[in-house]
Amino acid sequence: MMTMKFIQGGFDRRAVVFLGLLFLIAAVVSFLNLAMEPGSTFHVSSYTVALIGKYLCYALLALSVDLVWGFCGVLSLGHAAFFALGGYAMGMYLMRQIGTRGVYGDPVLPDFMVFLNWKELPWFWYGFDQFWFAALMVLAVPGVLAFVFGWFAFRSRVTGVYLSIITQALTFALMLAFFRNDMGFGGNNGLTDFKDILGFDVQADSTRVGLLIASAVALAIGFIICKALVNSKFGKVLIAVRDAESRTRFLGYRPENYKLLVWTLSAMMAGVAGALYVPQVGIINPSEFTPANSIEAVIWVAVGGRGTLVGATIGAVLVNFGKTLFTGILPEFWLFALGGLFIAVTLFLPKGIMGAIDGYMAKRKAAKDSGPEAQPQEGD
Amino acid sequence: MPTSKASILYLENVNVSFDGFRALNNLSLTVKPGEMRAIIGPNGAGKTTMMDVITGKTRPDNGRVLFDETVNLTRMDEAEIASLGIGRKFQKPTVFENQTVWDNLLLALKAGRRAWDTLFYRMSAKDKQEIEDILEIIRLGQVRDEISANLSHGQKQWLEIGMLLAQDPKLLLVDEPVAGMTDAETEETARLLRDIAQRHSVVVVEHDMAFVRDLDVQVTVLHEGSAIAEGTLDYVSADERVIEVYLGR
Repeated sequence: MMTMKFIQGGFDRRAVVFLGLLFLIAAVVSFLNLAMEPGSTFHVSSYTVALIGKYLCYALLALSVDLVWGFCGVLSLGHAAFFALGGYAMGMYLMRQIGTRGVYGDPVLPDFMVFLNWKELPWFWYGFDQFWFAALMVLAVPGVLAFVFGWFAFRSRVTGVYLSIITQALTFALMLAFFRNDMGFGGNNGLTDFKDILGFDVQADSTRVGLLIASAVALAIGFIICKALVNSKFGKVLIAVRDAESRTRFLGYRPENYKLLVWTLSAMMAGVAGALYVPQVGIINPSEFTPANSIEAVIWVAVGGRGTLVGATIGAVLVNFGKTLFTGILPEFWLFALGGLFIAVTLFLPKGIMGAIDGYMAKRKAAKDSGPEAQPQEGD
Repeated sequence: MPTSKASILYLENVNVSFDGFRALNNLSLTVKPGEMRAIIGPNGAGKTTMMDVITGKTRPDNGRVLFDETVNLTRMDEAEIASLGIGRKFQKPTVFENQTVWDNLLLALKAGRRAWDTLFYRMSAKDKQEIEDILEIIRLGQVRDEISANLSHGQKQWLEIGMLLAQDPKLLLVDEPVAGMTDAETEETARLLRDIAQRHSVVVVEHDMAFVRDLDVQVTVLHEGSAIAEGTLDYVSADERVIEVYLGR
C-alpha cells in the first residue's frame, strides 16, 4: 500500500512521456526486426537491435550516475566498477551454460580454467549455473561493495574531490585484480564465447529482441524508482544534502544514511545495466573497469543534464550514437570529439540538454504569465 | 557554585582551543527554561564557537555541556542534538537555495528524520496547516513557491527563523539574526523573537546594541572565550571591564 503510493509519486507527466517513448522505440524496433524480411527497406538488422539494446544499458548506467551525482552531489568516477561486476556475474552464468560445448569440452570447468590446468571449480563460481543465483549476485555484489565502501566513506565524511578520487581508485584496483589470471575470472581475456541464456541461443534474432525488451523494462523500472525517490520528501532531503550538507545535520537528518541508501541503490542499478549489457555484446573483460569508462558515463550525464534523470538517459544514447558513427568514420578522432563535446557542453549548455530545455520552457511560461497583464498597459 | 539544576542549558568550565588559540576559556553559562538570553561580545570572543560546541559541531577539550539538566551534549553529533530539540540559526542565512520556501519549511518541520520516514512521507492536513501558520508569522506567504535563492537577504533570515519554528525545538540558538537587515526589519525581528521566546528558550548572539536593547533580556558578555559580565544591558554597560573590551572601542 505504502509502496504503491510511493511508486505512484514517480509518475508525473514527464515520466509518462519518457516511458511511452521508450516502449514505442523498443516495440517498433522489435517488430521491424522480427516481422520484416531481411531484404525489406523497413527491416531493422540484428546488429541495430543489439546496438540499441546496448544504448539502453548505457542509459541505465547514466541514470544510476545521475541519481548520486545530480541529486546527492556524489560525483562517482567509479560507477563502471559496479557495471562491470554486474556484467561479470552475468558472464559467469553464461560461461556455466556453455557446458561441454567449450573447446575443451569440460562439463563443469570453463575453457580458461582448463587451459590454466585447474582441476576444480573455485568456490566463488558455485551456484552460477543457476540463473536465479546469478541474478541475485548481479544485485548483491555491486550492492554489498557499494554499501561497505559507502559506509566507511560517508561516515568519515569524505566528500567532494576526495570521494571522487577514491571511487576512481576503487575501479582501478578492481581492474588490476581482474587482469590477473589467478583471480579466476579469465584474466585479460575475460569471459566470452557464450552459447545460450535461459536456454535461448544468444545469437538468435528473437533472443536479441528479448534482451532489448528486457533492457527497456529494466531502464523503465530503474527510471520509475529514481523518479519516485526524487519526487518524495526523501528526494528533497537528498537535494538539501547536496546543496548544504552540514545544514541538514542541524535539522536532525543524517546525511550519511541518505547517501548510503542512494549510493547502494545506484550501484545495484549499474550492476543490472552491466548484466544486460554482457549477453548483448557477447564479452566481458577487465577493460570494462577502466576509469575512462566511468568518466565517460559522467560525461553522458553532463551532456544530457545533471539532476534531470531523463536527460541522463538522453545524454547516454546521444553520445554513444555519436561514438558509433564517429568510430565508424574517423576512429582515431573519437576521444578528441568526446573531449570537445564536454568542453562545448560546459561552456554553452552548463545545465545540459535537458537543463537548457527546462530553462527555455520556464522562460516561455514566465512570458506567458506576465503577457496578459502587460497588454492592457500598452492599450492605456 | 552554579549547578545544572533547573537549567535548559548548562555550560561549566568549557575549553576549546584550535592550534593553541583558546577560543573558549573556562566558559560557564546557565540558561533557565523559558529564558531568552542575549550574548554579546567583540569579534573573536568565542560566540560562534560556543554555538558550535552546543550543537555538536565542535567537541570541547574539557568541561561540561548539559541540556535539560542531565543530557550530556559533548558526546553527541549534530543530528542527535538537533533531534533532542536544539535548533540553530546561522550567522549567514543558510537555507536550501535550490528549493522553494515551502519545501524549506517542510524539510525543517518536526517529523521523522530517518530515510524510511521521508521515503513514505505524506503531507497531513495538520502539517499543511502548520506550514501555513509559520508562513504567516514570517510573512512569506506570498513567496511560498519561490525558489529561496531568489529571496532578499532579510527574507532569507526570516525563512531561517521560520525553519527554526517548524522544528519546534526546546532551545533555539540564534546567531546574529539581524545582520544586514534594515532598521524596520530589525525591529520586526525583535518583535518576532520576543514572541517566540514566550514558548521557547532562546539564546541570541548579536552585535547590534539597539536590537539587544529592544529584546530587553538578560545579557552575557563574552570576551576572549569567557563570560566577563552578566545582567541587564544597563548593568553590564556600566561594568568597567565591559566598557574597556567592548563598548569603549
